Amino acid sequence: MSVWSTLNRTVFKRTSTFALAVAGGTFFFERTFELVSQSIFENLNKGKLWKDIKHKYEN
Amino acid sequence: MAATVGRICGARLLKKYGLVWPQACQLSTNTQGWTKNRKVWLSTLGVVGGGVGALLFALEQSVQASGSEAHPPHNPWNHSGWFSSLDHASVRRGYEVYKQVCKACHSLQYIAFRNLVNVTHTEDEAKAEAAEVMIKDGPDEEGNYFERPGKLSDYLPSPYPNENAARAANNGAYPPDLSLICSGRKGGEDYIFALLTGYMEPPAGVVLREGQNYNPYFPGGAISMAQVLFDEAAEYSDGTPATASQLAKDVATFLKWCSEPELDDRRQMTIKAIGMFSMLAAVVYYYKRHKWSTLKSRKLAYKPVSKK
Repeated sequence: MSVWSTLNRTVFKRTSTFALAVAGGTFFFERTFELVSQSIFENLNKGKLWKDIKHKYEN
Repeated sequence: MAATVGRICGARLLKKYGLVWPQACQLSTNTQGWTKNRKVWLSTLGVVGGGVGALLFALEQSVQASGSEAHPPHNPWNHSGWFSSLDHASVRRGYEVYKQVCKACHSLQYIAFRNLVNVTHTEDEAKAEAAEVMIKDGPDEEGNYFERPGKLSDYLPSPYPNENAARAANNGAYPPDLSLICSGRKGGEDYIFALLTGYMEPPAGVVLREGQNYNPYFPGGAISMAQVLFDEAAEYSDGTPATASQLAKDVATFLKWCSEPELDDRRQMTIKAIGMFSMLAAVVYYYKRHKWSTLKSRKLAYKPVSKK
């Protein structure tokens, strides 16, 4: 029995579990996507952002 | 109006004009393609629309070439590029330049001290900046207006109470508010940099009135603002050598931030949009292949029915 068919049988067949899977999947996808794109942005602009220079002004 | 339109072309609107028609008519000898009239109308519309667009483009280009002012060269800004954020150290230095030089004549009325927090200053520093200036407030319990030290929520105070006072103090010329100047001038930060560093002696034949200066980047050439940025015209707290071009670059970056404070967010959104749309494009491509697979792999057979 493959993982796919297990998943299909236990999660996707019933509307309640399917809806739950959509909501949960959205949450984890959004968080991952947000963190990944933010780290790309911060890596591309290393040294230019406020978070890179604020240590000079905080005491 | 809508009823009239519906009465006149209701039947035509209901008629099947699906975009698939030109393609579908190739697959069958039975269906007819667009009528001749329709083809003529659409072609005319296309030609006229394209022509008008080309005309507008040409007019815009010719206007650019007909002026007498010099066009600012494009500089490789730290923040130009699809994913490039503002250089916040430069924005901070630019604020220092504004405070020491520009503020004498130019207001920045749409920027509040709270906007500086976590952009160029820490919260404590921004509070200290605000506390340095006196803000007119009131009325108090007795109905009097009074002055108090600024708070984070205050906007940067203007050097003149109103436009007339500004004109009276500046030989009749009104120093524009700088909050949105970077978006409001053709060329943006390139123009500001070129203007600030581009002062020169007027060429022969150019007559300036008293109090005016010559700047080839200013439309008309005669500008009432004198050159203000010289080497060491302002002092940087981070020890950067304050050359005239450094001052101009930093203040242009600062004004870019004033005009587009959301620039960093926009650049980050670009990254997100590219990520999201490439995923969606993959899904759409798969779906298209999926739907077309039956169409692409079908066979059409023509079987003549033999008459007996």
